[in-house]
Amino acid sequence: MKAAVVTFPGSNCDRDLAVAFERAGYQVARVWHKDSALPEGVDVVGVPGGFSFGDYLRCGAIAAQSPIAAAIRAHAARGGYVLGICNGFQVLTEMQLLPGALMRNAGLKFVCKPVGLRVETTDSAFTAGYGKGSVITVPVAHHDGNYTIDAEGLAQLQAEDRIAFRYTQTPNGAMDDIAGVLSANRRVLGMMPHPERVVDPAHGRADGAALFASLMGGMALA
Amino acid sequence: MKARVTVMLKTGVLDVQGEAVRHALGTLGFAGVQGVRQGKVIELDLTETDAAAAEAAVKAMCDKLLANTVIESYRVELL
Repeated sequence: MKAAVVTFPGSNCDRDLAVAFERAGYQVARVWHKDSALPEGVDVVGVPGGFSFGDYLRCGAIAAQSPIAAAIRAHAARGGYVLGICNGFQVLTEMQLLPGALMRNAGLKFVCKPVGLRVETTDSAFTAGYGKGSVITVPVAHHDGNYTIDAEGLAQLQAEDRIAFRYTQTPNGAMDDIAGVLSANRRVLGMMPHPERVVDPAHGRADGAALFASLMGGMALA
Repeated sequence: MKARVTVMLKTGVLDVQGEAVRHALGTLGFAGVQGVRQGKVIELDLTETDAAAAEAAVKAMCDKLLANTVIESYRVELL
């Protein structure tokens, strides 16, 4: 299985994400924002955390218009997998691959700490390796993670079982405590917490490892 | 031709930064500020000379990049 990890100017979790994919057994290609195509045969695209383009205009807004974004959009349209973490989640909402928007944290402060996440659905390749309703601990590190969506959109996410993770205690005021959402075809996941920062016992915890491992397993079956 | 775009959070979207500014004004002794909404102003210098064409172009820019219409509304003024 092949993963591509995108780097924008200002990305800072791209290497960590590449290592997390590698540890799960992926062959990883690194892709630059100016590239207009993904490498041949890529199964999953990782859009990493960081501060792409200095968060100018809005978090993720400029990255969402970069040449590689068009290639990611085409990959998703073909049914390819996409994982956006933190700034990557913001980029995917700005690309409208995922619904809603990430606004300034309700407490107005940058929040950097481990948080509890409840796995709300196991009906996705990303979350199939967890028990439904299980609680994992994953760090967040963001200023704009306050997930917002209109009432109709929220009802749709709930009805279609597309809320992947909820905070056990919201660090940012996110609507319905949403920490991560899935696309309609369940192959695009955006989440504010950083699973790639907890994939090795040396990290202190390895709660994120199952996400990368189950994605690998799910894709092998698909 | 110049254009000025004002981008604001939509009515009904909680503006946490505006609320913080409102609290700070109260702390400074400015009474009677019932609400504060914070947005951004973007000024564009355009080569277009036709007002209708310029307005249409700027609206397209707003929809595509300058505003996130999921949470924000915008207003275009030609100067």
